[in-house]
Amino acid sequence: MRLTRRHYLAALPALGAAGLGGGFLYMLRHATQGTFDPKAVRNPRLGQAVPAFSPLPALPEQPTPCPGLSWQDFHTLTQPVLLLIWASWCLPCLEEIPFLRQHIAGETTTASPLALWGVCYKDTPSQAAHWLEQAHHPFSRLGMDYDGQCAIEWGVTGVPESFLILPHPLTGSRIVWHGTGSLTEALYREQIQPFLRGAL
Amino acid sequence: MRVCLKGLLLLAVCLYGSSIGHAIDSPDEMLPDPVLEQKAQHIGQQLRCLVCQNESIEESSAPLAKDLRHIVRQQLQQGRSPKDITLWMTQRYGEFIRLQPRFSASTALLWLMPFLSLMIGFLLARPLWARRTSPPPAPLTVEERQKLNQFFNKD
Repeated sequence: MRLTRRHYLAALPALGAAGLGGGFLYMLRHATQGTFDPKAVRNPRLGQAVPAFSPLPALPEQPTPCPGLSWQDFHTLTQPVLLLIWASWCLPCLEEIPFLRQHIAGETTTASPLALWGVCYKDTPSQAAHWLEQAHHPFSRLGMDYDGQCAIEWGVTGVPESFLILPHPLTGSRIVWHGTGSLTEALYREQIQPFLRGAL
Repeated sequence: MRVCLKGLLLLAVCLYGSSIGHAIDSPDEMLPDPVLEQKAQHIGQQLRCLVCQNESIEESSAPLAKDLRHIVRQQLQQGRSPKDITLWMTQRYGEFIRLQPRFSASTALLWLMPFLSLMIGFLLARPLWARRTSPPPAPLTVEERQKLNQFFNKD
């Protein structure tokens, strides 16, 4: 059979549908792994220095006190920092805990010293304390952002969000990665670990 | 029937109200100066709510939109210009927060799409127009006419 222009034209819709289907399959697979978020907003702070923000107080009256967080803390970094914005009222924040405890907390003691810092977004001290106690969160610093102003400086649109900040001896600390939604193992392996390998 | 009409009327009022209303959750949010308040609403209508993503922060009742509305009003009272405030927002949330993004390499496709699609449509339609306006075929020759007559007079 000789292929005419008509045949090629008839194949166009099928090709278009196949392309769309492939795209949807890609999005669906990566969405379930946490590596694709259709509502994610590209953070303009990416690749730039840490934004200035008013110092965040520590959570008061803790059995094992965890220091608060300030802008200056990011200038004297000696190790990469994973900064998590979370809240006790946020369910995905709870979802990421098992992964954080297993991988990030373990990572801190082995080859790549990665510090886990937290910003508690619009929460009450009692609820945040209760949540931390239940979750055994491995934060080494925790700032309370009661009015959510710090989150706005960072361009956070919701909880959880996370930022990877790498120290740099010459240019100062830089935000190199930003993620929305729960941290998953796939996300960590594909997007965060390559930066850590480069930093060592 | 009366109830039904009443319901329809209520629905119409609600829909109309929602299309012009603002989500300012309480009148406390508004500035006492009506001119400044109107300025604030105008700025807010140009800023996207990052939570809903298809509403302006003036229309949205998301907590983040409320915080951003507050910042807009605070900065206006400090005497900052609408342009400065929009820039402040863009520095934090990127070009995406502008419901009307500035023309740049990354937004060129968005801005030029209407013209591009019009051009593509024109190119696609041109062969069809050409066919319609092509000259009529040449009249039959004497020979062809005779042949045709033979066919018709066969039976």
